[in-house]
Amino acid sequence: MTVESTARAKTPRSGVKRTATKTTKKAAAKKAPAKKATGAKAAAKKAAAKAPAGRPEPEMVQLLTPEGVRVEHPDYTIDIDADELRGLYRDMVLTRRFDAEATALQRQGELGLWPSLLGQEAAQIGSGRALRPDDYVFPTYREHGVAWCRGVDPAQLLGMFRGVNNGGWDPNSNNFHLYTIVIGSQALHATGYAMGVAKDGADTAVLAYFGDGATSQGDVAEAFTFSAVYNAPVVFFCQNNQWAISEPTERQTRVPLYQRAAGYGFPGIRVDGNDVLAVLAVTRAAVERARTGQGPMLIEAFTYRMGAHTTSDDPTRYRSDDERAAWEAKDPILRLRAYLENEQLADEAFLASIDEESDTMAKRVREAIRTMPDPPAMSMFDNIYADGHALVDEERAQYAAYAASFADTDEEGN
Amino acid sequence: MAPGEKLPIAKAINSSLRTAMENDPKVLIMGEDVGKLGGVFRVTDGLQKDFGEDRVIDTPLAESGIVGTAIGLALRGYRPVVEIQFDGFVFPAYDQIVTQLAKMHARALGKIKLPVVIRIPYAGGIGAVEHHSESPEALFAHVAGLKCVSPANSSDAYWMLQQAIECDDPVIFFEPKSRYWGKGEEISRGVPGPLHQARVIREGTDLTIAAYGPTVRTALQAAEASAEEGRSIEVLDLRTISPIDFDTIQRSVEKTGRLVVVHEAPVFFGSGAEVAARITERCFYHLEAPVLRVGGFHAPYPPARVEEEYLPGLDRVLDGVDRALAY
Repeated sequence: MTVESTARAKTPRSGVKRTATKTTKKAAAKKAPAKKATGAKAAAKKAAAKAPAGRPEPEMVQLLTPEGVRVEHPDYTIDIDADELRGLYRDMVLTRRFDAEATALQRQGELGLWPSLLGQEAAQIGSGRALRPDDYVFPTYREHGVAWCRGVDPAQLLGMFRGVNNGGWDPNSNNFHLYTIVIGSQALHATGYAMGVAKDGADTAVLAYFGDGATSQGDVAEAFTFSAVYNAPVVFFCQNNQWAISEPTERQTRVPLYQRAAGYGFPGIRVDGNDVLAVLAVTRAAVERARTGQGPMLIEAFTYRMGAHTTSDDPTRYRSDDERAAWEAKDPILRLRAYLENEQLADEAFLASIDEESDTMAKRVREAIRTMPDPPAMSMFDNIYADGHALVDEERAQYAAYAASFADTDEEGN
Repeated sequence: MAPGEKLPIAKAINSSLRTAMENDPKVLIMGEDVGKLGGVFRVTDGLQKDFGEDRVIDTPLAESGIVGTAIGLALRGYRPVVEIQFDGFVFPAYDQIVTQLAKMHARALGKIKLPVVIRIPYAGGIGAVEHHSESPEALFAHVAGLKCVSPANSSDAYWMLQQAIECDDPVIFFEPKSRYWGKGEEISRGVPGPLHQARVIREGTDLTIAAYGPTVRTALQAAEASAEEGRSIEVLDLRTISPIDFDTIQRSVEKTGRLVVVHEAPVFFGSGAEVAARITERCFYHLEAPVLRVGGFHAPYPPARVEEEYLPGLDRVLDGVDRALAY
């Protein structure tokens, strides 16, 4: 029995700690009315910390309601045809299927770890599909949907989680940099890359992905500073999925994250991260700004990590099922599907074909991972330096001799 | 052109940067105050005027940001030469250097290269306030993926920097700041040898002193003082700290049988400890005495008024020589 499955059997803690959205606020009120008296002070305190006096909950750009109804926004419109809409649906379904397959592969012992993107499909597909091939992406370790949009073979993403490499793909093949595990580091790489783009006079845009937790890192703050000072063509795409492992956004910030941008001198905006159309529209606009020399922009995609932080995490220790249920009602895939069905843009045959394609893709990934070979031990000495290093050469030779000594023993034994 | 000229180390580095920028439009200089001011040590003096603000970049005051963006620029095809203002200020960038810069080539299975040079004015003896006199080279040499070198004279400063910039790996370039503005030394007309090779700078038969950067001069003084007492000391300028040229040290120790390693950094877990361990393995039957180290103590770099007692000066090196010869 895993730690998580044990923990799952426990009764969830009562009460909802977070009040990030109106929906969860309602849920909390419904759930624990008895605590009203004792909790009032704390709630008032929390409200004060969250939203300074007179400041309303921030608006976020939305073009498709959770029920799948198209709505207009004064600043952001989207020009999209039926094929593109179906394409977004396909991207999200395939990404979710791939993610579920990877989680299953971890449970079966094929992967050591898996960070699921469940719930963040719209944020990733919407932003990923706003890009051109020559644009460049600097991901965290959870951007499986963006990787899909960039054309990275899904099976390649699994190598580092299986433990056969520490990254492995060629970032320049798809202009998709290696996954970065140290939180926030890649924001600076993206900024530097964008500074280079500007020097080259190119109209390429650079996207830096990170999460709500990363906004507390100095490197992200420094990336904001450098990008602003040099007017670098970089878009900071923050997926605020509400949780940095067990710590809620309130542990990272007192102001809505997108408002940080103002202090650095570039625009910031919050978008409904579960609305693929809004994410696509906002990212397109931000990318266009970058291309036309208007500098950086911060997008806060307000979304939710429906699963655990990784397969080693146990979210029942820090958040309630009610919260997850509230966000499931805003599921990014269901809302687009509802829209497609209501508008008669997708029929049963189409939906079935996507499900079938998902299964085929998952099967291919499963087969690829199960046959993915372990690297030879000697490969640990490879590619440490581009121009070589005497110590590496010496240690490689010593280890080879040591390893060879076992081969001799075997032969003698036989 | 510097080759053939007589220049102090600071000017040799300036000239080397100028040559590199003339030869390759992808070479950039980045750092705090490197532009108009020419750096706090004036090492980049005049370069921004001649190459423009786009190539000699005054950066925000954030070391992690400097190295992190240099990584991004390298990924875009540039060859950034980063200046960290003082040794003790490199630590905000240590995360980017260790977790990102050093490992990225290996993580991509060799498919991308990170030709970033990080210049660090290092070591003490200039009467500075704290964080301005440290020798952190072992903290970088310990990390696979990085190369570390330290020139001790103007000619090496010029040529080793050329080689570091041409190298496709990250190189930490430790500059002995106390020697920046010493008297001019002639820059050799051709490349004096491979980047990662030690050099015998004085031949001897009784004992070897190995040093690098600011302690090379002290080692030579110790050899001269010992000669007056009839002792023949061989002096090695190690030049490179990762990798260390153990072959050259081995050849010397097989001849002399005794080795004293001198550096300003604390000896505990220092590069001298690594030299001692490796040379003991390689030269066990040639050694007449244990390998000794003379260097800094396991103490924070002391206030300027007592730094002379902390630094491995001539008397402490001679004491090390005496102890090695007493076995």
